[in-house]
Amino acid sequence: MPPTIALDVIRYRPEQDAEPAFQTYEVPFRDDWVVLDALNYIKDRLDGSLSFRWSCRMGVCGSCGMMVNGKPKLTCAAFLSDYLPGPVRVEPLNYFPIMRDLIVDITDFMRKLTKVKPWIIRDQVWPLEEGEYRQTPEQLDTYKQFSQCINCMLCYAACPIVGLEPEFVGPAAIALAQRYNLDSRDEAAGERLKILSDHAGIWGCTFVGECTQVCPKHVDPAGAIQQFKLTAALDALKSFLVPWGTR
Amino acid sequence: MDTFSCDVLIVGGGGAGLRAAIAVAETYPSVSVTVISKVYPMRSHTVSAEGGAAAVIKSGDSLDAHAYDTISGSDWLCDQDAVEAFVREAPAEMLQLEHWGCPWSREPDGHVAVRPFGGMKVERTWFAADKTGFHMLHTLFQTSLKYEGIRRHDECFVTKLLMDDGRCQGVVAIELATGKIQAITAKAVVLCTGGCGKIFPFTTNANIKNGDGMALAYRAGAPLKDMEFVQYHPTGLPFTGILITEAARSEGGWLLNKDGYRYLQDYDLGTPEPTPVLRSMELGPRDRLSQAFVKEQEKERTMKGPYGDYVHLDVRHLGERKIDGKIPFVRELCLKYAGLDPVKDMIPVRPVVHYMMGGIHTDIHGATAMPGLYAAGEAACVSINGANRLGSNSLTELLVFGARAGKAAAVFASERGEPSPSVLAQAHDEQRRLEEQFLFKTSGKERIATVRQAMQETVEQSAGIYRDASALQQAEAKLQRLQERFRDVNLEDHSYTFNTELTAALELSYMLDLAQVIVGSALQRRESRGSHQRTDHPERNDGRFLAHSMAHRGEDGLPQIEYLPVTITRWPPGERVYGR
Amino acid sequence: MSPMSNLAHHHTAYHPRWYRRRMSVWWWLKDRAYMKFVVRELTSVFVAYFAVLFLWQIRAVTQGPDAYAQFMGRLKTPLFLTANIVAFLFVLYHTITWFNLTPTAMVVRVRGKRVPDTIVAGSNYVAWLIVSVIVAWIFTRGI
Repeated sequence: MPPTIALDVIRYRPEQDAEPAFQTYEVPFRDDWVVLDALNYIKDRLDGSLSFRWSCRMGVCGSCGMMVNGKPKLTCAAFLSDYLPGPVRVEPLNYFPIMRDLIVDITDFMRKLTKVKPWIIRDQVWPLEEGEYRQTPEQLDTYKQFSQCINCMLCYAACPIVGLEPEFVGPAAIALAQRYNLDSRDEAAGERLKILSDHAGIWGCTFVGECTQVCPKHVDPAGAIQQFKLTAALDALKSFLVPWGTR
Repeated sequence: MDTFSCDVLIVGGGGAGLRAAIAVAETYPSVSVTVISKVYPMRSHTVSAEGGAAAVIKSGDSLDAHAYDTISGSDWLCDQDAVEAFVREAPAEMLQLEHWGCPWSREPDGHVAVRPFGGMKVERTWFAADKTGFHMLHTLFQTSLKYEGIRRHDECFVTKLLMDDGRCQGVVAIELATGKIQAITAKAVVLCTGGCGKIFPFTTNANIKNGDGMALAYRAGAPLKDMEFVQYHPTGLPFTGILITEAARSEGGWLLNKDGYRYLQDYDLGTPEPTPVLRSMELGPRDRLSQAFVKEQEKERTMKGPYGDYVHLDVRHLGERKIDGKIPFVRELCLKYAGLDPVKDMIPVRPVVHYMMGGIHTDIHGATAMPGLYAAGEAACVSINGANRLGSNSLTELLVFGARAGKAAAVFASERGEPSPSVLAQAHDEQRRLEEQFLFKTSGKERIATVRQAMQETVEQSAGIYRDASALQQAEAKLQRLQERFRDVNLEDHSYTFNTELTAALELSYMLDLAQVIVGSALQRRESRGSHQRTDHPERNDGRFLAHSMAHRGEDGLPQIEYLPVTITRWPPGERVYGR
Repeated sequence: MSPMSNLAHHHTAYHPRWYRRRMSVWWWLKDRAYMKFVVRELTSVFVAYFAVLFLWQIRAVTQGPDAYAQFMGRLKTPLFLTANIVAFLFVLYHTITWFNLTPTAMVVRVRGKRVPDTIVAGSNYVAWLIVSVIVAWIFTRGI
């Protein structure tokens, strides 16, 4: 076990730097340390000016996503021991504008998320006295996987379409749209289909599939998008064959 | 200086804050509401809650039963009128969340399923596998997006409450992205900023839990209530402090000492049965379980690890199917962070700081002692948690009292005129303070992390699971010195853009104030009750201390403790009985 | 010095100056997964090639036996043999990758339970085998 490990970390301070550049730090190597622990060691002991987001350190708040050796990772779950002998390259998430050091701007995602209407929409809202909407475990199971998204943005950083086509709604937002489409309590799948049936929506996706590969919560956004496409295609076919019979 | 104004300003975008915002938007659409949060709302710590949320829904249960479990769990320190309101409104709040799309786990017939939980006599804990907080937070956040009336200022850090004539009229905040210092005026402010577990070195709490709102209110003159009551959760993973949910025990997990013995039977918590028994053994309350750990440690029956002593949580006998069905996150966390598989291995666990029973003193409408200032969630103390909170009551509390505080603030705001222009002068003073003391200061010598670590060690050594007067007195003196050292803190970062060193310094200053309150309140309470155990005063003393401690900030910056009697309605103080 | 550096002086307090990275045209060379994706996309060219070849064959058939013989003769030249072998390999890659992706796009449920991915993907291969056997049977019977 080596005594130390090097981290090559992207620095970008808009007041003084023209563009991002790497800075190298040497930190103690500990078997149970993750990349985030190393970054905190740097911040606490070596360089208080290094900026990054983090919070829960248990892989559920979605704050600490970064590129580690070129791959999008939650740094709280990326063990240093998997990157021996180093150096470990730590960069801000791909395809997002860099605000400062390892911090990227995700306001665009917040806009896209709102656009897909990720909330329950139905014609008849039951009064609370009627109790819960019934939903069997099987019905829950159809959308459960897509409800696990923690908005960590790793899938955006893995998707070249996000980089090439800035208006592309992107994997997580479409997966969340599909999460509500598949929820037996929701009735707005048609509405969301209209919003997403264009090249900024589902048809922007060329099925690279990396979003699913990097998802730390096994959400499978690629699957969500392809399933969405299949529904859209069948809908289009139906309205072509029986134009009077569709919604 | 940029100024914004709104009717109701909610500080904090976690469960309580979002519920309050939706309550305002739904109930009083003409009242404008803004949520300001130092992180994006879905990053809030509500996301980490695992086990579930309690509300009476099944036949065979009753509101009184839920109330009694809560009151006895609290060691009779909660206010019973608050508990009665809480248990009464809990079911509708939980159903409301179901209607908004929360993926609650279900019975085969489609009804919501419930599971048993520690200290509860009946199964009444609603759950979404073991990611209940995560699903609740995302449901609330996604639902909040539907209301165009809810305005958000994400990633803005509040540094001060604007007070005029004793009334709260807004806040000063730093917009992290640009470093802009802003004044946001409001007719009413609701603090939903969560707890302050980060005052302790070993905690389940996220990095953002620094008691910002508690300190803001305290500095503005509002009293903090029952701050000596700190919940240690009995089962945290050593080193990371990652929580292994109580659901692991409620589904049938066992706590074993180094001899493989279910040691809780030695501490008046019942007799071991192969399957879980409500209010017994592993399903006892958290304070008693954490205290039992320390007793085992003293008998040298715990195991030694690189990150302190531990015992085993054994869920292997539940089998892979049940583990994956009911507590999949436990397995995921163990595999990813502890390198073990609970299907095959025992989980090393030790008590870990989890929750602050205390907080900003509010009435049952969420109103604090200062007009225009409201609080809800872990930041507040209503109190329904008293000396020990029962697992699965806090998620429900977010909803019930988040909604109540939001509505009360909206009513207050609609009856008041515009904030006084004089508060803007305060905002300019605050900007100058931030620049002089932190941003432009180049002279300091202390590192933030060094002072923070010293504070954490001081508080743990004095205000841990067991306390005594001499340790607490020493801690008081140490914290006073740490306050002085903090004044000499050095910032290497003088950037306006996302200056996380500046926010870390401000968070540390909040925590130092609160550490003094915790230690001061603990020193004054010369009895043992719930999570507050004094080795020099081992008995509960209802004659003197059946009362809330109220900490006011004195002229010298030190807490002054007074007492406020507990409200008793129908349940006179009695013995806490578990397992018999 | 990069042409961007003079912008450093343009930072004004309280105003953001986000850094936007530009995507290189060679982005797909930087990651094995991206490269595999681009190769998969490129295989469609070879699928198109076979389609064109097939149209050409039909044209030859309609032009009579001589034209058809000439067409068949061309196919036996080393140039076409090599091209066809290469194209065949790419089309094979195309088929296999898309077969393996079907479970992602199609969720099949039987009595509420999701059918395992291997079965969904596997059924493609089974169907492929059956069709191939039928084609082979027609073909060999014809001779």
